[in-house]
Amino acid sequence: MRVWGNGPTIYRMDSTERQREYVLRTVEERGVRMVRLWFTDVLGQLKSFAISPVELEGAFEEGMRFDGSSIDGFSRVQESDVLAKPDPNSFEILPWADGVGTSSRVFCDIVNLDGTPFEGDPRQVLRRNLDEARERGFSFYAAPEMEFFYFADGDASHPLRPLDQASYFDLTTSDVATDLRQRTIHTLEAMGIPVEYSHHEDAPSQHEIDLRYTDALTMADSVMTFRLVVKAVAHDAGVHATFMPKPLSGLQGSGMHTHFSLFEGDTNSFYDPGDEHGLSKVAKGFIAGLLTHARELTAVTNQWVNSYKRLVVGYEAPIYKAWARNNRSVIVNVPPIKRGESESARLEFRAPDPACNPYLAFSVILAAGLKGIRDGYELPPEVSANLYQLTAEEHMAEGIGTLPQSLSEALDEMERSELMAEALGEHVFEWFIRNKRNEWMDYKTTVTQFELDRYLARL
Amino acid sequence: MEPLLIYPDPVPPELAQALDLAGYPWKAIGDERSSRHAEPEDGWAGGVVVAANEPEGAFALCRALRKRDVPLEPLLLLVSGAQLCDLELREDLFDDFCLYPFQPLELEARLKHLFWRTGRGTRPELVEYGPLVLNLETYQAAIEGNPLDLTYMEYELLKFLASHPGRVFTRETLLSRVWGYEYYGGARTVDVHIRRLRAKLGEEHANHIQTVRSVGYRFGQSRWGV
Repeated sequence: MRVWGNGPTIYRMDSTERQREYVLRTVEERGVRMVRLWFTDVLGQLKSFAISPVELEGAFEEGMRFDGSSIDGFSRVQESDVLAKPDPNSFEILPWADGVGTSSRVFCDIVNLDGTPFEGDPRQVLRRNLDEARERGFSFYAAPEMEFFYFADGDASHPLRPLDQASYFDLTTSDVATDLRQRTIHTLEAMGIPVEYSHHEDAPSQHEIDLRYTDALTMADSVMTFRLVVKAVAHDAGVHATFMPKPLSGLQGSGMHTHFSLFEGDTNSFYDPGDEHGLSKVAKGFIAGLLTHARELTAVTNQWVNSYKRLVVGYEAPIYKAWARNNRSVIVNVPPIKRGESESARLEFRAPDPACNPYLAFSVILAAGLKGIRDGYELPPEVSANLYQLTAEEHMAEGIGTLPQSLSEALDEMERSELMAEALGEHVFEWFIRNKRNEWMDYKTTVTQFELDRYLARL
Repeated sequence: MEPLLIYPDPVPPELAQALDLAGYPWKAIGDERSSRHAEPEDGWAGGVVVAANEPEGAFALCRALRKRDVPLEPLLLLVSGAQLCDLELREDLFDDFCLYPFQPLELEARLKHLFWRTGRGTRPELVEYGPLVLNLETYQAAIEGNPLDLTYMEYELLKFLASHPGRVFTRETLLSRVWGYEYYGGARTVDVHIRRLRAKLGEEHANHIQTVRSVGYRFGQSRWGV
């Protein structure tokens, strides 16, 4: 039972080394048959390759070499080989059966053959932005609310079939979807991803699971895991889960409203008891930065053609470039600070959707916020009206702009932005715009059902 | 680790408490014969003999233990101030001594030093609390026999808490003891990990880790209620 009396000697060992040893030992003790190395491409798709446990030690030491040219956003002109280096801190046993027996996953950082961070790796992009925040004494926390739909299948050739016709907060005891949500939460918790709460959303078969805050890097990893778990649990039940931002016309889309805060040590940097709203200068600068650069970063937080079908008036979608307390039509919402809970001070950014790349989305949000703080941006006044009810002229008069209304418009904004180029790095910035321009061209040159229905007979 | 041999039987309550709180397993024995009878398979980890109350029996026991083929060591003797002169010519019967009544911290420090010197029992194999077992050799944790899949920091945090049941630790203490001072990110890191640990312990066992409002966290309960 004696542990800590002779503890100090243990802790003189390098902590990375200790973590590796812990992982290697766990792999051995638990009879892990396969270690899945996870990383993320530029568009936020989870990538995985498996190694056997005997290769893991070498992977920690030197990384696993692979050809990056077939990964979206990893291709380069010259050298295409890169190394995947597992981050031992993210090692988890997978709580579901995996053919071969006990399996595990570990997130990887991608590095160049000379050991420097690979500029095409979203996880490295977020690390770099977090390091910048850290140099100024800040740690960055995130807590997303993940919305998604369940459908009977993933076949797009016939109308989508929701699993139920329930709506917000409905308690539907006999509901398959509710059961799925419970199983999902159980799996998430077993993987160390605590759930704050969950409920049925407004639209039929739409659900929301809110994750408990962590540092932004862990949260980006958690979002990747989350999407896989939701889809895997649904798949096991013969159901299709989707994070598509707007799968059903005329109904709410799926968002990823995310709560953000900055801390200096144990102090919430967003809180100032002397301010009427409890907001510090740091918080105001951060919000101002987000609002100022919102149009430039939207292509990243809402990266698909379909994302912009969610960002329309109504359906509780945030489109107005403004901030308020308890207002759903604006992009930055400031939840009231509970008395005596200064550490809960935070802002909610409502624009992102759950099909974004969380590493890149958190990166550009942080960069915009930090710029606002650094350059002392002035916070515009809070809007109080329900902006959905104002006319376009009234919005103009109030000086309230909207987010870009299409992927194309968002890309134009992004392309002109120095800040986005800096935050993402040249490699990701250029590749992203090129890829997304192609997507837009494909969309633009497609004749849609909407056009056929409306024009074929008439014109 | 194997238990310590403690004399006399019953053990003075303050000694039992100090040993428990310091995390040493122990067994009380009343004489040489019962020390053989109760001896664990791998031998005693060491001994603590209180000579203050029954000096005759205590010294006789020490002599017997030291005369064995494999003499018992390390052996810590607790004597009253008036008995200090009795230690003369008995130097071979003990490895260190401590004044009785004792200061718990002094007792702990002397035991720690003895174990360090003899290189025995310095790494315990198991931390146990109710249904929770942590195997420190293999880094594995289990609750009710089911393995818990923990990350390294979750494991270290649980190990630290479970090794000191009933004690309240501030976030700062946990941060410095579990993460090390160089860790950046502040005490919220602790909250995040506590929440993750609770999630993995499952609903039924999550309440072993209690939040002590505006102080920090406590794991389980000490048998001494402190």
